[in-house]
Amino acid sequence: MTPAVSCRAIGKIWRSERSSADVEALRGITFDVAPGEFVVLLGPSGCGKSSLLYMIAGLEQPTEGTLLAHGLPIGAPSADRGLIFQEASLFPWLTIAENVGFGLSVAGVGGEERRARVAEILRSVGLADMLDKKPDELSGGMRQRAAMARALAMRPSILMMDEPFAALDVQTRAKMQGFLLDVWQQSGASVLLVTHSIDEAIALADRVVVFTARPGKIKTIVPIDLPRPRPPRDPRHHALRDLFTDLLAAEVDNAFAQQESGAS
Amino acid sequence: MSTDAIDATPSRPPEDRGGHGAGLASLRQFAWGVISVSLFAGFWEFSWAMGWANPLLLPPPHLFLADIPQTLKYFDTSNRIGSSASGGGVMALLKTVGWTTMRVVLGLILGFIAGVGVGALIRYFAPARNLVLPLVTLLAPISPVAWLPVSIFLFGIGDVPAIFLVFIAIFFAIVLSTIGQIDGVPINYIHVARIMGASRFQTFWRVVLPAILPSLFMTLRLNLFAAWMVVLIAEAIGVGSGLGQIVAVARATFNAKLVFFTMAIIGLVGFLFDAALREIQRRMLWWISSSKTGASL
Repeated sequence: MTPAVSCRAIGKIWRSERSSADVEALRGITFDVAPGEFVVLLGPSGCGKSSLLYMIAGLEQPTEGTLLAHGLPIGAPSADRGLIFQEASLFPWLTIAENVGFGLSVAGVGGEERRARVAEILRSVGLADMLDKKPDELSGGMRQRAAMARALAMRPSILMMDEPFAALDVQTRAKMQGFLLDVWQQSGASVLLVTHSIDEAIALADRVVVFTARPGKIKTIVPIDLPRPRPPRDPRHHALRDLFTDLLAAEVDNAFAQQESGAS
Repeated sequence: MSTDAIDATPSRPPEDRGGHGAGLASLRQFAWGVISVSLFAGFWEFSWAMGWANPLLLPPPHLFLADIPQTLKYFDTSNRIGSSASGGGVMALLKTVGWTTMRVVLGLILGFIAGVGVGALIRYFAPARNLVLPLVTLLAPISPVAWLPVSIFLFGIGDVPAIFLVFIAIFFAIVLSTIGQIDGVPINYIHVARIMGASRFQTFWRVVLPAILPSLFMTLRLNLFAAWMVVLIAEAIGVGSGLGQIVAVARATFNAKLVFFTMAIIGLVGFLFDAALREIQRRMLWWISSSKTGASL
């Protein structure tokens, strides 16, 4: 079966005006995401995992290597590869329904069909009553669900999320994780989620890709073979949490040292 | 899993516009306004009563507001140059104010649209940036008043030079503001538009423009007073009608009462104009407060 996403020796260098200040963000990233698989990218901040999402989305170009989606090279951005940001980034001048229908309207989907699809998708994310509300009138968790609905309205086969719940409080975050699993199972899309939270990785992932500090390389890939839902207090999580903590500890130290030296 | 339970409380309560609290607050604000103006008028009257202020040069409010029918004779219903005041009255005053307002409104609308258009061209097309931006940067600091002779050379005497001066007063500010604001649009808005397959034009028209409109409107409001100033100067010199011309005539004929009466009218109209713009902003650009404070947080 063709992988939904295929990364082949991806490298990314952020060019600067002075070549001495170039930053190597990623090096030699190779892994596949199967259709319908839930993959979490875990690593210290600044390790380039978000850059990888932006490249798969088509918003940035890799400096080296090949990126494939369903076996085809990734060029321009496409609604088939939805991307959700840490902040919901809903357009404040549109209602929730207009925000969710934005992609459909750009694609020329007509008024009646668009309304029906928007209403359906908003029902599925539990925002059926919020159609005519403005983003400003919603809570953080609701806004993030509306942003998910906006991406899902385009029926993407790949859904990418860049620390989507990092700005939410702990309780909302746990609820949103359960909600995301529901959406993922219903849609059948592959999910690529970036986080630096070990608990989030354990709660969600089929496989966890652990990154090193900059330049980001794949340190290891850990499959998580536990049935869902995964209650946070499950004793089987202890071993995994210890494993990820050990894997990350050295990298977090490295990242910290880099930031210190960069700051001076 | 039920999603209803996910924090259903909105992050902030809907604004209670016009509620009891707001009504009381605006009443209090109005009262302070009255007190502020009364204090100033009171000081002026006091100076007159003490004989410090010459009533011929600085007639206090009770004098220049006393004989309004007589004063209104100087206002003319026709918008023609050199027509002698024929009758006057309240209608004449309203017409004079109307002509001046029309010049300001037309100049603002044209300047706003042209400014946004030119700003967007400069920001998005390198040839336009290279050719036009240096010129705009060079011309922007020139006071609109300095353009007065040019506008008369170009358009002669009449409405057009006044409208042109208002246009100049707003145009450069809007161009520069547009260029700056486009760069300030949150990058994720652009990312979302690109992922959703929006073309460059769609991205500008449906995402960038609504995102920058509130700030541009603020620029418009800030330059409103400049627009009012130049329209009066243009009317005094290059038009031959309107409030500015009345002031010029009053100065030439040493009619201090008329000067202060017209000044009061100008102040009132300017104030109403700003209030109207604020109301338009509140109704059409209601997301301004949220975009200033970061709606997505």
